[in-house]
Amino acid sequence: MKKNTSYRDEVPENNPTFEVNRRDFVKLLGGGLFIYFQFGNFLSGLASEASQRRSLPSDYNAFIHIAEDGTVNCMVGKIEMGQGIITSFAQMVADELDAPLESVRMVMGDTELCPYDQGTWGSMSTRYLGPSLLGAVAEARAVLLSLGAENLGVKPEELAVENGVIFIKDKKNKKVSFGQLTKGKKIEKYLEVKPKVKDFSEYKIRGKSFNHADGIAKVKGEALYSGDFRMPGMLYAKILRPPSHGATLVSADTSEAEKLEGITITRDKELVAVLHRDPEKAQAALTKVKAEYKFDEMKVDDQTVFKHMLEFPSESRVVRSSGNIEEGKKNSDLITESEFQNSYVAHAAMETHTALAYLEGEKVVVRASTQTPFGTQDEIARELGLGLEKVRVIPPFLGGGFGGKTAFRQAVEAARLAKITGKPIMVQWTRKETFFYDNFRPAAVIKITSGTDKAGKISLWDYHEYFAGDRGSDTVYDVPHAKTTSYSARDVHPFLTGAWRAPGNNTNTFARESQIEMMAAKIGADPLDFRLKNLKDERMIAVLKSVAELFGWTPAKSPSGRGYGIACGFDAGSYVAHMAEVKVDKATGKVQVIRVACAQEMGYCINPEGSLIQLEGGITMGLGYALTEEVKFTGGDVHTTNFGNYQIPQFSWLPKIQTKILERNEPPQGGGEPGIISMGGVIANAVYDACGARLFQLPMTPERVLAAIGKIK
Amino acid sequence: MAEIIHFELNGKNVEIPLEKGQTLLWALRTNFNLTGTKYGCGEGYCGACTVIMDGEAVRSCGISMEDVAEKKITTIEGMSVAGKLHPVQQAFVDHDALQCGFCTPGMIMNAYGFLLKTPRPTRAQIIEGMEDNLCRCGAHTRIIEAIESASKVMKV
Repeated sequence: MKKNTSYRDEVPENNPTFEVNRRDFVKLLGGGLFIYFQFGNFLSGLASEASQRRSLPSDYNAFIHIAEDGTVNCMVGKIEMGQGIITSFAQMVADELDAPLESVRMVMGDTELCPYDQGTWGSMSTRYLGPSLLGAVAEARAVLLSLGAENLGVKPEELAVENGVIFIKDKKNKKVSFGQLTKGKKIEKYLEVKPKVKDFSEYKIRGKSFNHADGIAKVKGEALYSGDFRMPGMLYAKILRPPSHGATLVSADTSEAEKLEGITITRDKELVAVLHRDPEKAQAALTKVKAEYKFDEMKVDDQTVFKHMLEFPSESRVVRSSGNIEEGKKNSDLITESEFQNSYVAHAAMETHTALAYLEGEKVVVRASTQTPFGTQDEIARELGLGLEKVRVIPPFLGGGFGGKTAFRQAVEAARLAKITGKPIMVQWTRKETFFYDNFRPAAVIKITSGTDKAGKISLWDYHEYFAGDRGSDTVYDVPHAKTTSYSARDVHPFLTGAWRAPGNNTNTFARESQIEMMAAKIGADPLDFRLKNLKDERMIAVLKSVAELFGWTPAKSPSGRGYGIACGFDAGSYVAHMAEVKVDKATGKVQVIRVACAQEMGYCINPEGSLIQLEGGITMGLGYALTEEVKFTGGDVHTTNFGNYQIPQFSWLPKIQTKILERNEPPQGGGEPGIISMGGVIANAVYDACGARLFQLPMTPERVLAAIGKIK
Repeated sequence: MAEIIHFELNGKNVEIPLEKGQTLLWALRTNFNLTGTKYGCGEGYCGACTVIMDGEAVRSCGISMEDVAEKKITTIEGMSVAGKLHPVQQAFVDHDALQCGFCTPGMIMNAYGFLLKTPRPTRAQIIEGMEDNLCRCGAHTRIIEAIESASKVMKV
């Protein structure tokens, strides 16, 4: 092992498949400088294993390519779904490289060009991929400096870089651009000793606000989503769907549909598809298919689901524990026992699940709206019995994801049909299909027994989380005797459930923050004071104080009649605190949110405006699960079919939104999800403060608000 | 032989054989390859497919092609002129009034149709005019601001 910084032009020896990949690169990108860079240590063994099964170098997780015209191509396995990493990643790359921001082109999620990635979720892009991305860019910069030194006949230390141009520090006219250095060459470089990344104080492009890099394409209608690609001979596939989950196809009579002009029927095991070049003709023909099913559905509906879940045999797991619960009970002066519930919630991204699949020689290429292109590739390869190198998944822009596009059934369907027919197949789900097959946010129950002592300190916290997921189940507050138990089971739900923007945390934060205000109300404490008195975490205290200032909080015990609420929590490494003001119409039970203030601390913020946009988005989207969103069902029959029976936030619901990001020079943390976690809790607490009605169930529909008002003693 | 209908699409005269059951949305997306007009719900709830027909914002998923004959249709692709963004488009860019961008063409077309009728709107009028266009990412606040600022620039 050489100690000095050195270059290796050859590829690492442990990568027999590297050559294939490199050829693809060169074919696609032409000449220039390629830098490959290493996985961080954050990836699970599973992910490394998955990456090794691919025709990709197993020890790199992003690539930088500097083209002859100076374009910096940055290839990452993440996708863009509105969260804005196409902009913030480019800022990071340009800043670390000293290249113009506009020279950076992000190539995202293409399984053939980009290194393996587990998926775009959990607000993980910046905090986990970010550090290795920067490491790679720093390496690219060092390589360029070394090439520049050769070119200009000086030592690298004598050089400086600005805007993609390398020059001699005291002779600015002695210069060479990145593009000139790479011109006419195909260079691959790999540094054994890694250069240091820049310090916060050296940032020039990071920490500044930039509008969405994809904004102009999107306002012109030119940004391409999966359903916008066209191929010669492309057919739309409309697929026969069961009437409910748990129904199995017994027989399908397609004879009437087949009589229609231009219709082809394709059948493969349970998959019955009607194909036509015109999607409406295919849809019309599908209605002519007569099918019979046998049913084996769960006996549960949206009313009985909570009882069902509590009675379902589940496994319990202690997530964390400190002190002793019995001791805590003894030390408590006032005990509060509560049960909180939330219903199933849909992702309801504006783009339905869509995929276009076609054959390219022996290869299946799939353009799919997926948050997990590599998982999609895995599943298609398995389903079709192909090697991974025969399946290429390319995610174009996604019309929203929120966790719903971690499921990719539509892509597998399109790939199967393309393989069978040999034709390009577009599967663009209807809104009804997208609701039916959604991996809903699970319905859940939280039970809490908590206590305060005579000094107004929290003395007990016994927290039981059923099926929500334990993310966000942290006690948050400083409690000597605290325990969190999580309950889970397979097959408890009648349909698919999964990650929904800040999975688990919306449910947990609703329950925790409601309970906190119930305790504060019992002892007649101001809910902000009560929190501050029971918190040790300085970062949480800081966001609470910050939001109080932004909102203009003045102390009062609840219910004060003002309609003010508070909720706080942490998610994805970031801290958030929300305050809200609501009006409750006591006659109708309707809640109008007047304003919401939110302070967030997320370490170093790469694109402040982009982060504020995510906060606004979280707050606005969160109004839905707080107030109206609830999937209706009987057994496996999902009654929620379109926006007519599933109400998502609209313009008239909008509160005045005030947001603030606290600066902190520490590694960047997640920004896509934290802003939504408090919305159930902050509105529930504000409703209580307005009228004394405590809501224990989300969403807080007018009927539930009226029922809670009816229970006021 | 299918009946041929004629209409004006983004300033050009076009014709198309009339297919039973075809809606304007899918004629635009398949026959004319104008994919900026999006399918979001197919039942008129979301507004992602909004276009302008004879000066009115309409949901193209609910318009039969037979009703398009002799009409003037403007889609998102017809909004910018000679590479210059329409003031409503420009305002959406300036206010960063989008995230995933999927509802954006429908939002812009609805806002344009709304401003044609209400050139100097109040904030409350904008909210009412945009109420039934859905956005899941939560770009609403900036969309309202964008329309407010576009209304000051747009010439009707």
